[in-house]
Amino acid sequence: MEGTLFNIFAGLTLLSALLVVANPFSRNPVTSALFLVTTMISISGLFVLLGAYFLAAVQILVYAGAVMVLFLFVIMLLDLREAARRKLNLVNLVMGIMAVSALFLVYKSSLESTYGEAPQQHEVAADTGQAEAKAVGSTRALGQALFSAENGFILPFEIVSILLLVAMVGVILLSRKEPR
Amino acid sequence: MEPTLSQYLLVSGALFAIGLLGVIVRRNLLIIYMSLELMLNAANVALVAMSRFNGNLDGQVMVFFIITVAAAEVSVGLALIVALYRKRQTADVEDLATMKL
Repeated sequence: MEGTLFNIFAGLTLLSALLVVANPFSRNPVTSALFLVTTMISISGLFVLLGAYFLAAVQILVYAGAVMVLFLFVIMLLDLREAARRKLNLVNLVMGIMAVSALFLVYKSSLESTYGEAPQQHEVAADTGQAEAKAVGSTRALGQALFSAENGFILPFEIVSILLLVAMVGVILLSRKEPR
Repeated sequence: MEPTLSQYLLVSGALFAIGLLGVIVRRNLLIIYMSLELMLNAANVALVAMSRFNGNLDGQVMVFFIITVAAAEVSVGLALIVALYRKRQTADVEDLATMKL
């Protein structure tokens, strides 16, 4: 059951990510943005499979909600119809695919050399550890990990809130009309 | 059958590779920006998978912070793109190759 769901969500994630980057049917940025929404939703499905329930909800709220609305606003603000008609450079495409697949093969082989040799042993260890600790990211557990007094993340949390304030002020400053 | 850690890491690596392909191949600034988001999400998937299989919640806290910072980054980046578009009337990186505005 879990394996089937993993296959569905992983396949959907990779397929829609590929359609964001290189859609053979449409060169319109709006299509890419909508496929990005599909990608985010299937990634949050992967988070649910991993027991990170709070992060799955945040992923949908922040990415599929706020960030994508921002993207669509900007796409519709800029009139990109002329850009949509441009063709991809074939040399660029071939070189890019070669470089990226080489990188991916290096990653895959390093993954196999790390986990491939003794998969049984590693997985047994992981399973028992999981049974003891049960790292389930429910809202309560994540809040306790975030705000616990001795080894929590209270200072980073406050710094992030300042970062958000700075980003807000910066965006207002950047998008202001320049005085002539 | 429950999926293993290396399967999740493989999906994360493939997602990162697709994002990198988008950054290299596409010429539209907005699509490049979306590909950057894909790469950030690939890192998130890897962190959550590690956190799950090691029985430690710190990875998920890290992802929480990454999502927050990514939201701030997206808003600033899109404001920069809009400001650039106002000056140059284009969102194509081929036309933005000079430092001069």
